Amino acid sequence: MSTATTEPGTSAKNQSRVPARRAGSLLSAVGGQNLSLIGGLAVVMALFGSLNANYLSWSNMQVIGEAVTITGLLAVVQTVVIICGGLDISVGSQAGLASVVSAMAFTSAGSNALLGMGAAIGVGALVGVFNGLIIVYGRVNPTIATLAGLAAYKGVAQLVSNGRAQGYVLNDSVFVFLGRGKIAGLPVMIWILVLVALAVHLLLKYTDIGRNIYAIGGNDTAARLAGININKYLVAAYALTGTVAAIAGILLTARTGSGQPTSGSEGLELKAITAAALGGCALKGGKGGIGGTLLAVALLGALENGLTVQGINDFWQNVAQGALLVAAVVIQQRRNGERAVGLPA
Amino acid sequence: MTSADSALPDPSPPTAPSATGKRTGARTGARTGSTVGVHGITKRFGAVQALSGVTLDFPAGQVTALMGENGAGKSTLLKILTGDHQPTEGHLLLDGAPLTLGSPADARAAGIRIIPQEPEIIPHVSVAENVYAGSLPHKAGRRLDRAELRRRINADLDRLGFGRVLDPDLLGSELTPAQRQLVEIMRALTGAAKAIAFDEPTSSLSEHEVDALFALIRRLRDQGIAVIYVSHRMQEIFQLADRVAVLRDGTVAGVLDAANTSETEIVRLMVGRDLSTMFTRADRTAAAADARVVLDVRNVTTDAVRDISLQVRAGEVVGLAGLVGAGRSELALALAGDLPIRSGTVRLDGKRLRSGRPGEVIKAGLGLAPEERKAQALFLHRTIRDNTSLVVLERLRRWRFVRRSAERALAQEFADRLRVRTPSIEQEVRKLSGGNQQKVVLARWLARKPKVLILDEPTRGIDVGAKAEIYQIIADLAKEGVALLVISSELPEVLGLADRIVVMQSGRITGELSREEASEEAILSLAMADDLVTSAPAPVLGETA
Repeated sequence: MSTATTEPGTSAKNQSRVPARRAGSLLSAVGGQNLSLIGGLAVVMALFGSLNANYLSWSNMQVIGEAVTITGLLAVVQTVVIICGGLDISVGSQAGLASVVSAMAFTSAGSNALLGMGAAIGVGALVGVFNGLIIVYGRVNPTIATLAGLAAYKGVAQLVSNGRAQGYVLNDSVFVFLGRGKIAGLPVMIWILVLVALAVHLLLKYTDIGRNIYAIGGNDTAARLAGININKYLVAAYALTGTVAAIAGILLTARTGSGQPTSGSEGLELKAITAAALGGCALKGGKGGIGGTLLAVALLGALENGLTVQGINDFWQNVAQGALLVAAVVIQQRRNGERAVGLPA
Repeated sequence: MTSADSALPDPSPPTAPSATGKRTGARTGARTGSTVGVHGITKRFGAVQALSGVTLDFPAGQVTALMGENGAGKSTLLKILTGDHQPTEGHLLLDGAPLTLGSPADARAAGIRIIPQEPEIIPHVSVAENVYAGSLPHKAGRRLDRAELRRRINADLDRLGFGRVLDPDLLGSELTPAQRQLVEIMRALTGAAKAIAFDEPTSSLSEHEVDALFALIRRLRDQGIAVIYVSHRMQEIFQLADRVAVLRDGTVAGVLDAANTSETEIVRLMVGRDLSTMFTRADRTAAAADARVVLDVRNVTTDAVRDISLQVRAGEVVGLAGLVGAGRSELALALAGDLPIRSGTVRLDGKRLRSGRPGEVIKAGLGLAPEERKAQALFLHRTIRDNTSLVVLERLRRWRFVRRSAERALAQEFADRLRVRTPSIEQEVRKLSGGNQQKVVLARWLARKPKVLILDEPTRGIDVGAKAEIYQIIADLAKEGVALLVISSELPEVLGLADRIVVMQSGRITGELSREEASEEAILSLAMADDLVTSAPAPVLGETA
């Protein structure tokens, strides 16, 4: 009965509600998950800042930013795949393969940076489509399919490079610009992360494509019955992942000066998945966002940098990462009210 | 009416079966068993109140039938009795002493067992291992003791008289539906069982299997076990039950003595209202008869249904009746493009629909509100707005960006029109009651303005008030010229809504009834046409064209 709104009053009422809704949606847009991430980030920065005065300096912030760019790119696309209800643990190997390809194509094309990068992106997209096709039409569980990819793409990268760093790109201004350049005081690498993240954020949040992605991960049966072509979306999501992983690989090349088959990209899948989970992605799919993932990337980067600055053994960082991933998922499941019944999903 | 005194829930904890023991003194053995009961049980799931203040007892040595419409709370009560759910308020009683069940294992330990409607069978292990799963006999070092396993299964098969019908070496995947049920019964009867609940056990059994099951239930009863029997089949209740407990909308509507009651009285308690007043159907039949055929299904065969032909005209409501498992939902999913059509054609306004393409079918103007709204239709963690706009996003976007204001206006319009009770369209759908969730599913399709709408069990698990509203929505849609195909297992609903009723059985259409010809009896006789002849049919599923 209380829902009976009179026709003429409706539009006026809606308009007056808009500012209030804006404020409310701003708050809910930040969300509880993100607030705790911001809190965690503040704690980490305060802790290491008090231990070392240089930690909070602008130059160290840029160091952290550059260090997390490659992880950040992979985490952003991992977020898309996870929201679709999938997972891609081959992102690190894809980045390594793209890194080698970019340097080798660059060299054999007579130091043509655009050709090198184009080849890398082409290979990345192809690898992504291949992942998607295997998962969708081979009916292989995404974890298994991309676990196979993790090994196989690394192997391909090692085969074409003989397991060694390839080429030298720092004689080329484009690669130097990507790896060391700055725009408006900020490293180019960070700009690239910001642009990719913004584009994916807009895609997820404001387009019908994004809605359909959330729908697929939230309830694939319902999505199918609503006429969404799930297969197409899944292949596209993995293709996007391959493409962005290739960009990450190119940055790796630009950063280190040569194509790296494994060093620099190994273990990135763990960081990317940890960031996505910590950022609030439900591993079942249908939930998550770029904002949370980026905050988690920043948190992980700040932690890693702080530990390094303090001279703590690298091995501990692996322990800390593994612990964080498990903790993030445990907290998520608790919040969902999961009971210890049946097989964990 | 003598039993009306006991129709009210007994506020005092149940004691000896004095009130109910008046039937006969024949079963004195009953006195040795235990009485299981529930006292003041309330169960809420979010906004949905499934049970409120239910007090019932299930005395030893008696068969208590638990009856009620879909959504009355029978399943919830069973799940509480077997430790699957914990009550929000109230407690269980065993021989008058409070009992707390934290898990199904607790219930088992307390001697309370359930034979689920769908037996849970492990496919790749033997019958014997299925029966004792979780407590397999083993030798030192946890090596499986196969000799002991065989001795035990043979002893139990003899004891229960299943020896001839159940080979202990068969694998779970090789069993017929009836045999699967026997495995569940054997599981329930290992160890000391005090109370056993049967949840619609006969739905997949043939007639002589039903007879054998009833003989077994009577034997259990005579051994002093409290039997809880859930079924919709009135005839079975009168064959088997000593007492009939009726639930309605989550409360106890009455407890009747089976010997002194009638079908009419039970139905009156179950329904608690005159159903005919809920349907506001204008006399459309005459008008619809010469309207154009919108949905034209010809000789459609899928993996689950065979040779289906039916037509639905603009403004017509066609009811699709049949027993659970008749293939109605599978037909609906095939028409919606989700399940493959092996042969035959589906035309919508003359345009032939291709099989296996839900997107194209929707574009052609067909919508399906599926049977399981949570599993098949809703995105529970998304808002009403998101759920409503999903199939019309392409009309709401500019470039690829969804226009928020247009989307909000649309979701609000349909939420208002269907009277979705919610503080805001930004509410997550999981927080709504079943009726409001169903309205959101309807809103999604109404926003698309379909030519054909298929509604599969549109009022399942919905309270009475929301039901009446959904009936009104269906009537309004028909008036607007939408062709409606309504699948329902509730006969009064089909009779009240439909202009014409098509009845299916085991994957085939067995008849069509006009409004004048239709009655519960007529529908049921078509729905069960040769149900009594075929034995334990694995529905048509195994048969691929």
